[in-house]
Amino acid sequence: MQTENFQFLADLLMKKSGHLLAPEKGYLLDSRLGPIARKEGVDSVDELVRSMRTRNDERLNWAITEAMTTNETFFFRDRTPFDLFKAEVIPHLVENRRPGVKARIWCAAASAGQEPYSLAMILREERTALRGMQMDILASDISEKVIEKAKAGIYSQFEVQRGLPVQLLVKYFQKDGDMWKVDPSLRQNIAFRTFNLLESFRTLGTFDVVFCRNVLIYFNQETKRDILNRIAERMAPDGFLFLGAAETVLGLSDAFEPVAGKRGLYRRKQMAQAKVA
Amino acid sequence: MKQCLVVDDSRVIRKVARRILEDMEFNCAEAEDGAQALSQCQKTMPDAILLDWNMPVMNGIDFLKALRRESGGDQPVVVFCTTENDMGHITEALRAGANEYIMKPFDSEILNAKFSEAGLV
Repeated sequence: MQTENFQFLADLLMKKSGHLLAPEKGYLLDSRLGPIARKEGVDSVDELVRSMRTRNDERLNWAITEAMTTNETFFFRDRTPFDLFKAEVIPHLVENRRPGVKARIWCAAASAGQEPYSLAMILREERTALRGMQMDILASDISEKVIEKAKAGIYSQFEVQRGLPVQLLVKYFQKDGDMWKVDPSLRQNIAFRTFNLLESFRTLGTFDVVFCRNVLIYFNQETKRDILNRIAERMAPDGFLFLGAAETVLGLSDAFEPVAGKRGLYRRKQMAQAKVA
Repeated sequence: MKQCLVVDDSRVIRKVARRILEDMEFNCAEAEDGAQALSQCQKTMPDAILLDWNMPVMNGIDFLKALRRESGGDQPVVVFCTTENDMGHITEALRAGANEYIMKPFDSEILNAKFSEAGLV
């Protein structure tokens, strides 16, 4: 791809989603933008970008931003965060929330829904431990396409075999032709919406638990820092944050501290401590 | 090294599964049908069994029921691996004592994931 076209795309993504387009990721352009180029009736991705530079078509700009997002996900991805949610988070919230008050979970990069549905399955399986406590899940993602898929809750045979124990498949899914459909009762406590992490979080309310996994890796340091600090503002003082295996708050935000020995799990730092630090 | 018995009437499937399992550091033995598998288990119980459903002589589900009645037959972790992909077959397998269930086609990623669900890796 011509350098000035690559730069145009990199600037566009930075502005729309905050995502970095590193030169070594250039190989993704053809596979991800090729279908859009064909739909627009041009021969190559270079051609597509050239035509974009001459007209400012918001619809096309957005389609390209969305096509460049990575939506790799699976049920109970990395397992540990879900074990920690069960072993650490649920007991803490049951102990520290007033009866009748709903706890809130935010899946900030929910992709096609496997993460929120995995949590919803845990909440059902752990009903006794929850002692009547209700938890609502907000599942958001920048991509409208994946949020639509998440909402539909329909997965291929391949997708339901990645990370999902067969006992849970039998319990919470129905076969629908070649596909598998999530039991509608699992969706009861999940709200799905498209949401760009560059936007203000004020409209989202506050959360007891935030899953923000495998998305910070796509941002530059400044945006990572900004997102983490804005998540902290939306969290209960004793809230929990889960990051992806390759992500950390260290060197980015003083608002969180890692929970010793619990990989990927962070707590809000208490104010007094934060000032000392 | 853990032992895995691969039970499938297709030589190609046995070969593919064996290659993946050996990469996962399993020691593999093979059987062409349920009857062969059962007589091998009566000699030595493996740690894991990767089990096809439709086979001549004795099919997978009949083998599983017979295995679970053997002394020590509750020990092996049994993972079905079959083209049967409807809810009826899956629940029947679980009821007969299967630990996990793979719907073919499979690849190393699915085999790894399912063996780890079943606590084998």
